[in-house]
Amino acid sequence: MAEKKQETDMLTATVGWIDRRFPLTSTIKAHLTEYYAPKNFNFWYFFGSLAMLVLVMQILTGIFLTMHYKPSATEAFASVEYIMRDVFGGNIIRYMHSTGASMFFLVVYLHMFRGIIYGSYRAPRELIWLFGVGIFLVLMGEAFFGYLLPWGQMSYWGAQVITSLFGTVPFIGPDIAEWIRGDYLTSDATLNRFFAFHVIALPLVLLGLVMVHLVALHEVGSNNPDGVEIKEKKDKKTGIPLDGIPFHPYYTVKDLLGVVVFLMVFAAIVFFAPEMGGYFLEHNNFIPADSLKTPEHIAPVWYFTPYYSILRAIPPIMNSQFPGVAAMGLSVMVFALLPWLDRSPVKSIRYRGTLYKRWLAAFVVSFFVLGYLGTVPSNVWGQFGDWAGGADVATVVARVFTAVYFLFFILMPWYTARDKTKPVPERVTYK
Amino acid sequence: MKKLLIITLWLPMFALAAGGVDIKVQAPINVNDHASLQRGARTFINNCLNCHSANYMRYNRLLDIGLSKQEIEENLLFAADKIGDTMQVAMDPADAKKWFGVAPPDLTLAVRAKGADWIYAYMRGFYKDDTTPSGWNNVVFDKVAMPHVLYELQGEQVLNHETHALELAKPGKLSPSEYNAYVGDLVNYMAYMAEPAKAQRQRIGLWVLLFLGVLLVLMKKLKAAYWKDIK
Repeated sequence: MAEKKQETDMLTATVGWIDRRFPLTSTIKAHLTEYYAPKNFNFWYFFGSLAMLVLVMQILTGIFLTMHYKPSATEAFASVEYIMRDVFGGNIIRYMHSTGASMFFLVVYLHMFRGIIYGSYRAPRELIWLFGVGIFLVLMGEAFFGYLLPWGQMSYWGAQVITSLFGTVPFIGPDIAEWIRGDYLTSDATLNRFFAFHVIALPLVLLGLVMVHLVALHEVGSNNPDGVEIKEKKDKKTGIPLDGIPFHPYYTVKDLLGVVVFLMVFAAIVFFAPEMGGYFLEHNNFIPADSLKTPEHIAPVWYFTPYYSILRAIPPIMNSQFPGVAAMGLSVMVFALLPWLDRSPVKSIRYRGTLYKRWLAAFVVSFFVLGYLGTVPSNVWGQFGDWAGGADVATVVARVFTAVYFLFFILMPWYTARDKTKPVPERVTYK
Repeated sequence: MKKLLIITLWLPMFALAAGGVDIKVQAPINVNDHASLQRGARTFINNCLNCHSANYMRYNRLLDIGLSKQEIEENLLFAADKIGDTMQVAMDPADAKKWFGVAPPDLTLAVRAKGADWIYAYMRGFYKDDTTPSGWNNVVFDKVAMPHVLYELQGEQVLNHETHALELAKPGKLSPSEYNAYVGDLVNYMAYMAEPAKAQRQRIGLWVLLFLGVLLVLMKKLKAAYWKDIK
């Protein structure tokens, strides 16, 4: 008994020593044990912590891959196979990293969708949303740069296509494309700089953005499925929100449960279907990069396909592909405008009217249709007859859904203001 | 679920009825069948490795499919000195390009790039065609530069241009079903070679999932214990 007391005394003394020099206890309190989160988080609220988990996994597996990978056009492909065959546990680490890339996008998309349906981007959380959009953009860059590294056919030609997009910018385009590649074509120079971006430049930016995303979140507090501000109803004596519960231990144990379920899905893919039928690892990428042999069908990995579809859907204007490229850029950037486009008096989808719900459904459908069409050649559904000039059916469908995609944003100020909303409760609903 | 399975099993038959070519069927892949893998390895090393390399495959990997060090060194190690070497090819790629018009691709990852079914069809899809330089053509790879290396075993097929079906004009040393099994072993080996650690990965995966399953139960109980007083 006496020993036990001595131990706790030592611990208290040590923590006290640190606290006088570094805000340890106060930081833990502010962000975990006395950070009050709404108690009514549902399924959709798992994906923020899961995104952090995947980020950490990508960094750790990435470090081990870097120990054996060679960023050189003559050695890169072979070094990946060396990792897959001769490095102990290398195949599992590599599959974790490649699966992690796809799962990162999956959880980020679900996390963003949560923000959209519950209005988490609305005041006072606009900056959290903007930092989040920044994270999404950097993540896209990170995935794009990383995809070149295995130096397979799809790596090579995907990078060639995307860097060529910059070549469509009027006047200065070709120079920009060449400046990005560091060569006339995608080459060893391109691989080296993409490696630098992938392993150090963008991860640093990503970590910084994740930090400010969280700092901003903990400053204003979390939104919830009801879109009610829990800080408006506080306990008179303690000042703690009545519907708030300490993040630790309540949400740490709940998120741990989410983590285990997620890891089961993750492990099932890593160990039993790492290629995911060609969607996570494309078949053509098992052929080494060949600058003289263009693959018949170049498709990006699934998480880029909605935007790729938009790029292909926009017809060239005055022989310039730039409008398509601009539309693709806009389709990603437009998310940043959401806080100012939404004029509904309520935040959560629970209290919105049918008009908004229909538009949201149309947006989700167009995202999926465009996503699918981006994975297949544009002649996949054949052609219309001569009455339509023999146009590809899939291209016309992609154009329609591109229009729907953008109209969801463009018309938002109108339909959110006009929508018939339901009364919002004073307190959150729980069970 | 069962219905779906039956439909899936019948799909190759529909493809057959539609295309009239009877070679586009599922390849007999079972990377746990060591006898098949050993036969396939022998076929691969004796026939394919003369022109194609398998640069990422080490000979000593064959220990994993039940061959002994001595068996590998005595029967299979023609093109290399040491058992830890990779399966290089003696032919100079520049010469190969001159002779065939194209350098034969490395085959280590062929199954991952093309799919086992495609290679199975390819190995059975050669037919006589006087219009090509090699005198051979292939139903799944039109005007392929590679001649039919195994024609002595399969015999000579011709393409019936009306029905688009392959017909055996001159029987080979093996009957069609024997030849299918022979090529099936080869493709099975190539599937193994494309990812030798696949079976091991799946074994580890079962343990990982089992562990996570136990953890899931504990985490559910932990969460319930903490959350029981939240109303």
